Amino acid sequence: MSESEYEADVTIDSRGAGCPGPLMDLIGKIKSADAGMVFELQTTDSSSKNDVPEWVEKANHELLDIVDHDDYWSIFVKKS
Amino acid sequence: MTQRIVIVGGGTGGAVLANRLADKLDLENGEAEIVVINDGPDHVYKPTFLYIPFGKRTVEDASQPLVDLLDRRVDLVIDRVEAIDTSSKQLTMATGDPMPYDYLVLATGSKLAPEEVPGLKEGGHHFYDPEGAARLRDALAEFESGHLVLSVIGVPHMCPAAPLEFVFMADEWLRELGRRDDIEITYTYPIQRIHGLEPVAEWAQPRFDEKGINAETFFNPEEIDAENQVIKTMEGTELDYDLLVAIPPHTGDPMIEAAGLGDNGWVEVDKHTLEAMHAEDVYAIGDTADVPTSKAGSVAHYEAGALADRLVSELHGQVPTDRYGGKTICFIEAGMDEGTFIEFDYERPPEPRPENKFIHWAKLAYNESYWLTARGHM
Repeated sequence: MSESEYEADVTIDSRGAGCPGPLMDLIGKIKSADAGMVFELQTTDSSSKNDVPEWVEKANHELLDIVDHDDYWSIFVKKS
Repeated sequence: MTQRIVIVGGGTGGAVLANRLADKLDLENGEAEIVVINDGPDHVYKPTFLYIPFGKRTVEDASQPLVDLLDRRVDLVIDRVEAIDTSSKQLTMATGDPMPYDYLVLATGSKLAPEEVPGLKEGGHHFYDPEGAARLRDALAEFESGHLVLSVIGVPHMCPAAPLEFVFMADEWLRELGRRDDIEITYTYPIQRIHGLEPVAEWAQPRFDEKGINAETFFNPEEIDAENQVIKTMEGTELDYDLLVAIPPHTGDPMIEAAGLGDNGWVEVDKHTLEAMHAEDVYAIGDTADVPTSKAGSVAHYEAGALADRLVSELHGQVPTDRYGGKTICFIEAGMDEGTFIEFDYERPPEPRPENKFIHWAKLAYNESYWLTARGHM
């Protein structure tokens, strides 16, 4: 199991999240957060590996890392 | 010593739970005591609000007195809980004496927080409470031409189906009035497709194309210029509107964060047992429970059923076995007289089926018979 060098301020467990889904969970938490906060989004949805970086770039936040665990991914994002 | 179960909130979750518990417990002989605290006398069925802007329902249709829906043996207290002390297991009330509990269930729901987006209160309409729905009815009645924008701003929000339902209903309603050719409809959504659930987005997109409904995706409004009628987004884009219908930001009750139970008013819970992560003998159901499914009435309903069984097992000294598996059911109107529905849970994604009149009629029939659900029967 791989680890990240980053440590999250907020962990969002969206594993198995159906509605509204991991990216929406992340957007909801990032909107109300202070700049500089680091989020770890835990997701079992493989499309998150594309969706999340795509939105992070459009919204001008920072994608720090994507870690592949055995049965889920952790995506580390920093709010700009 | 009679165990007191206090349920804060008399909406769908709180009412169904109280009634199911009353059914299973021997309240007359002191097996337990059930108290429901609600901050007003009414029980509101929110799916009614979608029909108000189109003149199909009125505000009065949306509520009934909570006392009429609760089992007679349940104690109803009309008051506001202001603080929760999970170590001394006591609630501070707005007007009454502090209320001790043995088991606490938070069913406080979600509140609208439009003030989180500057200019939204002044510049936008919504149909997420009775006043908003009634104001929108008047604005829509007079709207003859221009750009109608339905913008999903709040993440999360109640009823993820409703934004799609609104644009499908508006499209058909405006056609029926002969105004649709003079009105452009745009729907905006925070992520890269038009709905959080991919099967629902795939079902809806061809219908958008066929009906000429525009979609703006990756669209997260952060400010509304109400004077010039412009939406400005986190992504740096802008959109002009003539009539803005927004799904506002939502939060939970502030006392939840103050009690250390979760951020933004959403209680952190185990998604199967609904037990709070940060306190003993505290549970949450409905919108206020932070579980990985929609903020929907059906979720509150099914959670209440599972939690009632678990609490009864606890009180009987047995190991609880019932679990909430994420079951969610949502009707989706596809116009003024056709609809579909989806059913899903933590394991199975939804599979929308083609819409038809029967499902639409089933939704209308359920809207009438919902009060049986609130009474714990369905």
